[in-house]
Amino acid sequence: MNISFNWIDELVGLRGELSDPQVLAERLTMTAVAVEKIETVGAGLDGIVVSRVLEARPHPNADRLTLCKVDRGAGEALDVVCGAPVIATGGLYPHVAPGGVLPAGFRIESRKIRGELSHGMLCSEAELELGRDKGGIMRLADGLEPGTPLAAALGLPDTRLTLDLNPNRVDLACHVGVAREVGGPPAPRDFGGAAWTPEWRDGESEASGAGVRVRIEDLDRCPRYMAAVIRGVRVGPSPAWLAGRLLAVGARPISNVVDATNYVLHEYNQPLHAFDLARLAGAEIRVRAAVAGEPLTTLDGHEHKLAPEQTVIADRDRAIAFAGVMGGLDTEVTEDTVDLLIECASFDPSGVRRTRTRAGLSTDASYRFERGIDVHAQERALARCVELIVATAGGEADLIGLRAGPAPAPVPPIDVRVSRVNQVLGFGLDGAEVRAALEPIGFKALPGVEGGAGADGDAGGNGATDVLRISVPGWRTDIAREIDLVEEVARRVGYDAAAGQDRRFRPSAVPADPRVEKAARVRELLTGRGLLEARSLSFMPEDFRGNRAVVPVPNPLSAEESCLRSAMVPVLLRRLEHNYARGNRNVRLFELGTVFGYAAGPDPEEEADVTGRFEESGRVGAIIAGTRRPDHWSGPGLDFDLWDLKEIAGSFADRLCGATLVPFDDAVALDATESGTSLEGPWLSRGGFRAVKDGRVVGVAGVVDEASLDAPPWAASAFALEFDLAAVEGRPVPAYRKTSPFPAVRRDLSMTVPRGVPAADIERAVREATSDLLRAVRLFDVYSGEEIEGGRLGLAWTFRFRAPDRTLTDQDVESEMSALSTALEKQFGARIRRS
Amino acid sequence: MTPAGASLLDRIAAIEGKGLAAIGEATDSAALESARVEYLGRNGQLADVMSLIGTVEPRDRRDVGQRANAVKTVLREALEARAKALESATGGPRARIDRTLPARERWVGGVHPVTRVIDEICEIFAEIGFTSVLGPEIESTWYNFTALNIPLDHPAADMMDTFYLEKDVVLRTHTSPVQARVMEAFRPPVRVVVPGLAYRRDSFDPSHAPAFEQIEGLAVDEGVDFVEFRAAIEHFVHHFFGPGTKTRFRPSFYPFTEPSAEVDVSCTVCASGCSTCKRTGWITIMGSGMVDPAVFEAVGYDPERYTGYAFGMGPARIAMVRHGIPDMRLLYEGEMSFLQQFA
Repeated sequence: MNISFNWIDELVGLRGELSDPQVLAERLTMTAVAVEKIETVGAGLDGIVVSRVLEARPHPNADRLTLCKVDRGAGEALDVVCGAPVIATGGLYPHVAPGGVLPAGFRIESRKIRGELSHGMLCSEAELELGRDKGGIMRLADGLEPGTPLAAALGLPDTRLTLDLNPNRVDLACHVGVAREVGGPPAPRDFGGAAWTPEWRDGESEASGAGVRVRIEDLDRCPRYMAAVIRGVRVGPSPAWLAGRLLAVGARPISNVVDATNYVLHEYNQPLHAFDLARLAGAEIRVRAAVAGEPLTTLDGHEHKLAPEQTVIADRDRAIAFAGVMGGLDTEVTEDTVDLLIECASFDPSGVRRTRTRAGLSTDASYRFERGIDVHAQERALARCVELIVATAGGEADLIGLRAGPAPAPVPPIDVRVSRVNQVLGFGLDGAEVRAALEPIGFKALPGVEGGAGADGDAGGNGATDVLRISVPGWRTDIAREIDLVEEVARRVGYDAAAGQDRRFRPSAVPADPRVEKAARVRELLTGRGLLEARSLSFMPEDFRGNRAVVPVPNPLSAEESCLRSAMVPVLLRRLEHNYARGNRNVRLFELGTVFGYAAGPDPEEEADVTGRFEESGRVGAIIAGTRRPDHWSGPGLDFDLWDLKEIAGSFADRLCGATLVPFDDAVALDATESGTSLEGPWLSRGGFRAVKDGRVVGVAGVVDEASLDAPPWAASAFALEFDLAAVEGRPVPAYRKTSPFPAVRRDLSMTVPRGVPAADIERAVREATSDLLRAVRLFDVYSGEEIEGGRLGLAWTFRFRAPDRTLTDQDVESEMSALSTALEKQFGARIRRS
Repeated sequence: MTPAGASLLDRIAAIEGKGLAAIGEATDSAALESARVEYLGRNGQLADVMSLIGTVEPRDRRDVGQRANAVKTVLREALEARAKALESATGGPRARIDRTLPARERWVGGVHPVTRVIDEICEIFAEIGFTSVLGPEIESTWYNFTALNIPLDHPAADMMDTFYLEKDVVLRTHTSPVQARVMEAFRPPVRVVVPGLAYRRDSFDPSHAPAFEQIEGLAVDEGVDFVEFRAAIEHFVHHFFGPGTKTRFRPSFYPFTEPSAEVDVSCTVCASGCSTCKRTGWITIMGSGMVDPAVFEAVGYDPERYTGYAFGMGPARIAMVRHGIPDMRLLYEGEMSFLQQFA
């Protein structure tokens, strides 16, 4: 939203430090609305003057050029070659003389163009950096003296403030609104003509007079429609001051009539529309629902097919405008227009929203109607518009004005308790201070509350009463409750009133969510193993290399993001591929996040919670590929293998979840479980490990199947794991165990066993056969080969024995060793190799 | 065992002890070699003992022999280990080594820069009594909008373009619904911070992501006023951005807070104007305000008795400012060379 500094100054006379646009912007930002940009409009116009074209004829050597004689007010007729096809003899245009400089920095010199000498040039808005219109030379309205500096005529340079408006403060979308915030009651410009004070013709839904008829067919969609008629206008360029105002706020001057409606929009916030009365069939306005399929071509040239949810302005025969959004091409004001009907209406915010959403439009008018206009100021806005048109385009305004629809209800006052203001703010204000905050911006303390502000307007100022009855101005459609006034007081007093103070610590009755600590434990374990945490968006394609997602995202932004992720590993595989694409062979990533599916279980119809059909759960995924350590000159690094993965998954299962890692070989079923968020997926079809806790699988790990990954030939095998975050336990508090000061005894043992005996079973048997003197078991070699008899497998173990309270004797150790040897021989047919 | 056998075992034990001591004390390869000769050499102490095995009773010979062999193994391993240790300490026997050769590096793991921001925020608020809680990402329109005083067809809903999964079910557009959930489940005093993901139909570009982190804060009790709210936020700003950081609060609008405030901090990058702060000297870090009474009514708190404040921040944006990351998409690509910089 653009605001002209000069315009505000004209309305309220900015004095003192506020006469600096930077200070004004700061004041607005800190008390009302953020100013996001401050820029100068119309800088660099020195030397560009209003000039009259005395004569215009075609260039003898070029079709598209015009040869002009131009009067800059210096008494000589300059020859100027102009690139625009249509130049009006007697018209006023901006001219830059030879030696002058355009705002963009181009120096203009006398030169020959196609054999004709040109002294300077006539300028377009774009060349003067006043607007985007490059189409033609900027036409100025009659009435200016040639030689007048252009900037002075247009009221430039000006400072444009761009406001970042919040949805509740639509009243600041106009100059009168901003002026009220910074300087008290604004005094609008005097247009110089007589005031338009019509005789109103009112009707509940219909009004006629001045030769026209207005009918509202649906008062919900359009509570009020006012109209004025002006006959005999001469459509032409706006006076320079008016054009300058519009240029300053970034609007394009079009014609005196259209510019007048835009001027009042930017002045009073009321959207207005001028129809060419001659083109209204039946001289009639109807506000109605659109008929399905009905056509309408809007001002921007777009052809629309209408739907009944849209509201239109129609004449007797057809739709002629989108209500509250945009006018139609057929009834637009053109140079030939003579008679006008000016619309000043109020439309239902959600109706305007429906109309414009379906039409794919968003306009200055719809923006304001959706947020709420001042329905009490519509007569004034319409009168301003009529007066401005008569002043600039001539014609005569009909003394009858039409008002269809009931008069708006008065805005109810709001009681505000000073004690409540202080309860919420803590500023320690009294009643007088509350009033002093509110009254300069249009609120008034009313009499009528017991002990409140009396008829003399004096009570309430001395702390005698708590309640103030406050009247709300019509433009503050956002103020409906006591708390809304508390906010007004806060920002008017200034949020800085709360700065720099201390308040006591308070405890919270809400316990911390255990998932926060679980996530911290996961990060600790995995970062400690050299993995980096990734974060990705929660989306995945419906099918990522065979790994499927089940919950579709309606209207996804892209096919890559068509579903919510059902598992973490596929998302990490996508990240792995991204790294491959960047040439990274060594990848170690993990991610904590949510996966989505459908709930198994009771019929969702019976669920009290509408989200019950869906299921989301916390997961952690990890992926490793490439070398175990960075390469070093002392020797080649080894790549990660299954045993590295087993360590990470095993530690995760054991240390974080209290789960047991169980290997499996068989290809898993490729169908996801009912919920669609199974831990296992096609990526795991080459087998791996399951982490089992209380009979439930809480995690999986394995080598990534090639079909699930698009890997370049130089890539190493990738290994992945995925765990349920819910299975992670809180941080344990280990109990101290006495450490032994006595030496440990080591024994090595080689054996052969029949193939197929799991190493884990042997270890378990060893532990069962020995006492608690056995403190560690380590397999240090696995061998097979021709020297091993009968296809058996050789295993070499190291055992460590230690007692907490004495030095072990040989006998202690020998008896443990012979017990475990016997057990292995008996249980597995192990053959112990004696040294 | 016979006394002769036992005495031999004692000698073996003594050799083990003294031999290990001698090996341990050797500080160069010459000393180590002399220890080897003394204990394991052809005429060393252990060989002496072995030569006596024949003199003990035959039934003791196996035990004594095994023990002697075991000690031999222990001493040999100790010798080898000591030799290696001496070698790596000196870089080889009297070798002159190039100590500018690269070290043997490790992979260093680490958390995501956004995680670090979230963790720090939670820790700072924990100091003044806030606990960390979480909430669901799939949310009902009731919690996401209605309970927060956001009418579904109000322009305020334009501020957030929503992913609807069903008519009444959305991917939450902010972490604020957790406010309502917490207040329904607990009575005041409530002080929570809520980190989590939120979703909006923004295209994925340098400054937007359709899924992004948010962190929400809520404090409700009797007597919590705007002054206390500002004090808490200033505590956070000073701890997170540094004690010299200035804070300013300016008017804003959120349907679920009133008065609402935008919180800016003085730009940490520049003194008075850079691209990070768009040459204003200020960076907006949170939207915030006093909890709107309508929200208290929706969750069954008495708005006359309780007051409170709420705030929301974007940890991803804060991480971008902190590290000078120019494009939000970099945060979510999972590229190793990016993530490694913050490990």
